[in-house]
Amino acid sequence: MGILDKHKVLETNATLLLVCSFLVVTIGGLVQIVPLFYLENTIEEVEGMRPYTPLELAGRDVYIREGCYVCHSQMIRPMRDEVERYGHYSLAAESMYDHPFQWGSKRTGPDLARVGGRYSDDWHVDHLRNPQSVVPESVMPKYGYLEATLLEGEHIGDLMATNAFVGVPYTSEMIEAAQQDFRAQADPDSDFDGLIERYGEKVNVRNFDGQPGVSEADALIAYLQMLGTLVDFSTFTPDASR
Amino acid sequence: MSKKDDDLDYETTGHEWDGIKEYNKPLPRWWLWTFYATIVWGVLYTIAYPAWPGIKEATPGILGFSTRAQVAEEIAAFEEANAGINTQLASVELTEIAQDAELNQYAQNAGAAVFRTWCAQCHGSGAAGAKGYPNLLDDDWLWGGDIEAIHTTIVHGIRNEEDPDARWSQMPAFGEMLAEDEINQVVNYVMSLSGEPQDASQVAAGETVFLDNCAACHMDDGTGDRWQGAPNLTDAIWLYGGDFETVKETVTYSRFGVMPPWTDRLSEAEIRAVATYVHGLGGGEAAVE
Repeated sequence: MGILDKHKVLETNATLLLVCSFLVVTIGGLVQIVPLFYLENTIEEVEGMRPYTPLELAGRDVYIREGCYVCHSQMIRPMRDEVERYGHYSLAAESMYDHPFQWGSKRTGPDLARVGGRYSDDWHVDHLRNPQSVVPESVMPKYGYLEATLLEGEHIGDLMATNAFVGVPYTSEMIEAAQQDFRAQADPDSDFDGLIERYGEKVNVRNFDGQPGVSEADALIAYLQMLGTLVDFSTFTPDASR
Repeated sequence: MSKKDDDLDYETTGHEWDGIKEYNKPLPRWWLWTFYATIVWGVLYTIAYPAWPGIKEATPGILGFSTRAQVAEEIAAFEEANAGINTQLASVELTEIAQDAELNQYAQNAGAAVFRTWCAQCHGSGAAGAKGYPNLLDDDWLWGGDIEAIHTTIVHGIRNEEDPDARWSQMPAFGEMLAEDEINQVVNYVMSLSGEPQDASQVAAGETVFLDNCAACHMDDGTGDRWQGAPNLTDAIWLYGGDFETVKETVTYSRFGVMPPWTDRLSEAEIRAVATYVHGLGGGEAAVE
């Protein structure tokens, strides 16, 4: 039986079996994972992506803390029904500054990958306070307490530095101005020129929750209102052959 | 006595534990051939479909399959199937949609689908609205209820930042301009207009406050002005609520309801379809010449 007889050597030597199993799993894993880091169609670049603003980043943290990803995905699959309902299918590059990504795996609620601009800020406030007031069929819990927790943003620079460490292109200027930009985005009466200069014209500068101070609701709504709006699909057409 | 292993013809694997040996019987033929077939299938599959990673890209597969191309084709097929009627819908005069039975039926059905996808979150799946989000079933309209006005509202939205042509008006927060007594008086007057329970002793004083501060937009008789999106205050239909506390809140802090513009998200045919649907819900008004 030749090589098959060598089985006995593996089957009777636990350490050798462990080492060989590990080798097999490693090779299998590498073959699946490594090409994703260099194949052109998995590292497609798109126009418009920018790092999240400090306020959006804080909102993203609230999103993760509250476990929004447990019921909401951020991943529009390339299928007609999803494209019709949610908008253009998600591109890998749209999650390039997500650490970790928020694709999710389950949709009790709708996909949020392109929720930005779809509803008014007031709607988000009403909906977070009491989802059933606007969508009676909804099973979403109430998140009104987010409005009551005011944020100073004193640690947001550290969070940005950490993100920069794992590859998000935050400049040292962005990190230094973090707290200032954090406050400016939720206050349309402030001097937000620096914020616009650093993050671009399309940044939403509004008092998202309509109340004084920067609350967790401000941050979360700023994040939601940005989702899926960075890539302009009226000027950018993804390569259809991918 | 059972037979000893030695008496059997079968080979053993050669393993032996405490005198127990393991037969080395061949696998069932059908199972083995199925197994071989899956290997062949697997190889063919990687030839037919994108599979093996190379230096820059993976092998494309001889069938040329692409998920993106597939979804684009599928969408194109449906668009093509509806192209004729969508072009017609997007090009006829808005007021003529209702005249053409086939076009009207298409617009109503397509509009209902668009409404459930894009509008129901605020206006409700049955279009009955919610506090702050207008009921589209009744005949009370803030910005006009004929098909042209509904179409304009959907295209540009209301008080949004994205569209420079959005419908726009802003009620001042009278808490900064009037004394609380005056606000109480004017709220009582406003409630008297539609026969809500009110403190009759304050109504007369409230009328003066109303004429000085509110009549420019809501008109002297309180019937509102659609050019400015100023609600009719005499019809007992309330967007935010008609009890004393809520009306007082509205007067003190004002309201600023926002509707997004839909041009970027919906096609002209889809916008016209949903305009037709909303117009047909019950409150639609005939076009003003």
